[in-house]
Amino acid sequence: MPAKVVIPRAALAGALGGVVAWLFALWFAEPLIQAAIDYEAERGEAEAALDAAAGIAPPEEGPEIFSRTVQGVWGIGAGMVLAGVALGLLFAVVYTLAQGKVALRPRVLALLVAGAGFLTLYASPFVKYPANPPAVGHDETIGDRSGLYLVMIVGSVVALVVAVLVARAVRERLGTWNAVLVGGALYVVLAGLLVALLPSLGELAANVATYGPATTETPQPLRDPAGRIVFPGFDPDVLYSFRVYAITAQVLLWGVLGLVFGALAERSVGPRSQARELESV
Amino acid sequence: MTSASTARARAAATTAIGNLPYLVGALVVGLLLFYLVGFDEGATSLFGNTMVVHEFVHDARHFLGFPCH
Repeated sequence: MPAKVVIPRAALAGALGGVVAWLFALWFAEPLIQAAIDYEAERGEAEAALDAAAGIAPPEEGPEIFSRTVQGVWGIGAGMVLAGVALGLLFAVVYTLAQGKVALRPRVLALLVAGAGFLTLYASPFVKYPANPPAVGHDETIGDRSGLYLVMIVGSVVALVVAVLVARAVRERLGTWNAVLVGGALYVVLAGLLVALLPSLGELAANVATYGPATTETPQPLRDPAGRIVFPGFDPDVLYSFRVYAITAQVLLWGVLGLVFGALAERSVGPRSQARELESV
Repeated sequence: MTSASTARARAAATTAIGNLPYLVGALVVGLLLFYLVGFDEGATSLFGNTMVVHEFVHDARHFLGFPCH
């Protein structure tokens, strides 16, 4: 299939994946996001009270441009669908380039490419820097966190490209099954190196200076100068559920993208065009 | 090589060249959208730091795993 046929179909399949992920998010994620925002607000009040007692001015509030309803219904919808279209377009590039190089049915190749996208653009970065609800993550490290997350994404893509090239190179000698095993093992090692070498968020200089040594940016219990806990740390069950749902949403998005595109691609190389191929032989 | 397979090889080569502008376009638009949803008005800002993009897609940014405050 030429690129101009692949691209609109992949964008449509990605948008559909985004819609499914949006509906899932409305049902499962929004209550947790609201709980996290409430925690952040209440913790802010407790911190302000502590600061006032110590004679420190309270920090500035972030801008309130959109209401929570707009953010929690339409903003998340726009974000999920646009992300779906973006991932669909990137999927289209890989699918177009890969289709001539493998002897696979379109729907099988579509699922493989979607799986590769999920693995490199989401799952591997998640292992090091998992999704966080509001209240988890410090304003002052947004630059560091964005850079590190991008390094994980780009590094995972490079690792998979290397793994695929090596698997293709050893295929003649080892056979397809073992070549794929070699490529898979190589990817795990390369991505594992990235995970091992990049710093944890709690280790960032800005965080160590303000909060002391820690592994993550998850809010710990708030203590008064005497060391008494005046406000609890972030609810671990909210954090856990948020992350499990975040992975689920990505599986839904990539799954719908791969399956819908695969079905559309099969139609275009369906019985009629296969008959045409046979005539030309 | 039969004439049919030569024709097919030539057709494939033409498609590969014809594909290029579409592939570059899809790559650029895809990356730009990915950046807008995931990163703009966070650490970097393309179209002025108004926070409108950041605040509108705020929940999606968290839920998709992008760094957010």
